[in-house]
Amino acid sequence: MSKPVKKYDDDPNTTGHQWDGIEEFDNPMPRWWLWTFYATIIWGIGYTIAYPAWPMLSSATAGVLGWSTRGDVAAEIQAVEEANAPINAKLEAAELTAIAGDPELGSYAVSSGSAVFKTWCAQCHGSGAAGAKGYPNLLDDDWLWGGTVEDIHETITHGIRNEDSDDARYSEMPAFGRDELLEKEEIDQVVNFVMSLSGEAEDASKVDAGAVVFEDNCASCHMDDGTGDRSQGAPNLVDAIWLYGGDYASLSETVNNARYGVMPAWNTRLTEAQIRAVSAYVHQLGGGE
Amino acid sequence: MQINALIAHVLHLKRRIYGFHATLRIVRDMVKGRNMSNYIKLIALGLVTLFAMIGTNYARDLAYQVHAIIVMLVAGGLFLYTLRRTGEAKPAAGSLQNEYFDSVVRAGVVATAFWGVVGFLVGTFIAFQLAFPALNFEWAQGFANFGRLRPLHTSAVIFAFGGNALIATSFYVVQRTSAARLWGGNLAWFVFWGYQLFIVLAATGYLFGGTQSKEYAEPEWHVDLWLTIVWVAYLAVFLGTVIKRKEPHIYVANWFYLAFIVTVAMLHLVNNLTIPVSIWGSKSVIVWSGVQDAMVQWWYGHNAVGFFLTAGFLGMMYYFVPKQAERPVFSYKLSIIHFWALIFLYIWAGPHHLHYTALPDWASTLGMVFSIVLWMPSWGGMINGLMTLSGAWDKLRTDPVIRMMVISIGFYGMSTFEGPMMSIRAVNSLSHYTDWTIGHVHSGALGWNGMITFGALYFLVPVLWKRERLYSLSLVSWHFWLATIGIILYAASMWVTGIMEGLMWREVDANGFLVNSFADTVAAKFPMYVVRGLGGVMFLSGALIMCYNLWMTVRKAPAKEASLTVAVPAE
Repeated sequence: MSKPVKKYDDDPNTTGHQWDGIEEFDNPMPRWWLWTFYATIIWGIGYTIAYPAWPMLSSATAGVLGWSTRGDVAAEIQAVEEANAPINAKLEAAELTAIAGDPELGSYAVSSGSAVFKTWCAQCHGSGAAGAKGYPNLLDDDWLWGGTVEDIHETITHGIRNEDSDDARYSEMPAFGRDELLEKEEIDQVVNFVMSLSGEAEDASKVDAGAVVFEDNCASCHMDDGTGDRSQGAPNLVDAIWLYGGDYASLSETVNNARYGVMPAWNTRLTEAQIRAVSAYVHQLGGGE
Repeated sequence: MQINALIAHVLHLKRRIYGFHATLRIVRDMVKGRNMSNYIKLIALGLVTLFAMIGTNYARDLAYQVHAIIVMLVAGGLFLYTLRRTGEAKPAAGSLQNEYFDSVVRAGVVATAFWGVVGFLVGTFIAFQLAFPALNFEWAQGFANFGRLRPLHTSAVIFAFGGNALIATSFYVVQRTSAARLWGGNLAWFVFWGYQLFIVLAATGYLFGGTQSKEYAEPEWHVDLWLTIVWVAYLAVFLGTVIKRKEPHIYVANWFYLAFIVTVAMLHLVNNLTIPVSIWGSKSVIVWSGVQDAMVQWWYGHNAVGFFLTAGFLGMMYYFVPKQAERPVFSYKLSIIHFWALIFLYIWAGPHHLHYTALPDWASTLGMVFSIVLWMPSWGGMINGLMTLSGAWDKLRTDPVIRMMVISIGFYGMSTFEGPMMSIRAVNSLSHYTDWTIGHVHSGALGWNGMITFGALYFLVPVLWKRERLYSLSLVSWHFWLATIGIILYAASMWVTGIMEGLMWREVDANGFLVNSFADTVAAKFPMYVVRGLGGVMFLSGALIMCYNLWMTVRKAPAKEASLTVAVPAE
């Protein structure tokens, strides 16, 4: 080991070690650094006394402040619930149709229902409620099971074609092709007829034959004029609004294999006040009746 | 025609005779006990090849089958290679003992640059996948969608780029600062190639669906076992060299490298304690369960940052900064204290990744407290790095390489302040699960790890290929500015979008109801995602310029007359 060397006059001493030409100054640690380090240690000790921190044999120190994450969130939720308890009670007691007319109740229901919708409904119906293929658009005035606030409330409460609720709305379209209820030719004809109801058929020459097939097989649910039947969730076929698509291929698929859209029953997850709120929210989106 | 046939026949005969002689020679050698190590190697390679063949046949999943084929080809190839060379005269042992083992470092430099570009490219692509989901092409589902490419990106940049940089620089630094050739002969080559095989196995595993779903520890059990073998060899080479050093003291860079190697070994073993479902399949089940598994994972995850990306790269910093600045390290005392404080404190900070989860509050508090106490020990490295430049600040104007190193230390200081801050529970409740975390990680990874590695590569290439200087300093400047602006675009866009998204998630109206749906927050981030992608493009372009510059340095830069490759103690 050599003696500490100075390259420049104002350089501090080096430690005298050298590796591949690298030397080290014998500088002290910067004071501000050291004191900040000490300060964080002292703060750390204080903080671990105040908050749950040190593990013991079967549990840990709870901290003198008595704080816990679960306690914290429970307190926040309780505060909101307590604040909203009176108006929630009012919401549950009110006539469904009267909610919108009451300024206080109406605006509360819409803001609460909007939060419920964004948390539970947006996954399928979209955050703007415009829906997607297989998931109805809730902004238009086309309703499968009814668009009054009572209808909407019923649909949300029990859902559609689910296993959760015995009161779920239920209906089932036959799979006309798969179950060989109709010939291929007949399906081709009826699809052309259905297309002609709201637009142009793929092959206009088949429309007349399709009308006969429709009357014999489809009209019992979709009605003679194709306007559908809300009591059994049979869609209106003349309004150019399609849940699964109105082109030839989509309609052929629907007639051949049928569709079976499912919605959960929400009374197993949401409170009555929440269901009423989200019903009011959906009802005022644009299509409510 | 007949003559041709005759020649072919003779050649064939000759080969037969040669093969016969070779077999005879091998049998003779074995009887006399010559070339024993080669025969052990041949038997081992033969068994591995055979096992891999059986594995290829019985494989229960695609990832395992692909791995079995890769292992079969590699082991089979090595078997033939060893067989061909058995009996050849070996260079006299000891003739190289006075020279540094630099060929493996050169290979490491090439691998670092190569994997860096691969990792940055995948990262840039997945950044655009997030901005434009249509880039998750239908035809590429199941291997090139975001979910498959994301671990490929993280592993490529951390383990392939960062890991190769660490292995290569540690091999270089430990030799220079110990004035000794690497210990273990060709073991260093085993470490290098073994590590490349690990990277290929990990990467193909992700693409074909072999993952244990632990962040930064995705490779499945068979790949983990291989990495364990390679890592033990790495430790042996490094420690062996330190032990046979000719310098009286161990240089600070080597403390950091050693801490990194030892701790990563421990982390790797504990976080990968799994039981394979079948020896012929990649799936395995971890021995930890529930919140304990989560805690072990983030103990691992955080210390991968702490020891791989911090301690290891500090080792790099402690050698290359004083070398490039040609100034002594600022303070020996500071280096000792901040080293031990960093090593002791980092290992406890992991629980801050699990605030507000099933993790008990006490563990979460301790994770936060240790993270904050860690602030100053982390900054010790920054102070020592920056202050080493005192007296040489003018070099910032003239030397873009030192500028790169300085900005990397700057980003290091910034991330090691931001990290403790984000570990505070109240801050974390806003930042957790948002893009702020992504921004934080990247300001550290691109800024600190990336830039210090680039600096080290710019230092190493002229030395290792015996060049007078780099091909072009102005290209280094281009790289510097592209990378710096790229990082700023990246980090700034992620801060903005992260905080925005955190605020949107928690926004409630007067009655306490949520205002935004999750999809609203995703939609709001779109512009920032594009900015982030552009940042990635700039960072990648900088790296490509670097590759060109380094390539041209090797090809075109004037050769250096005499360079020091002989191991001599400095004093």
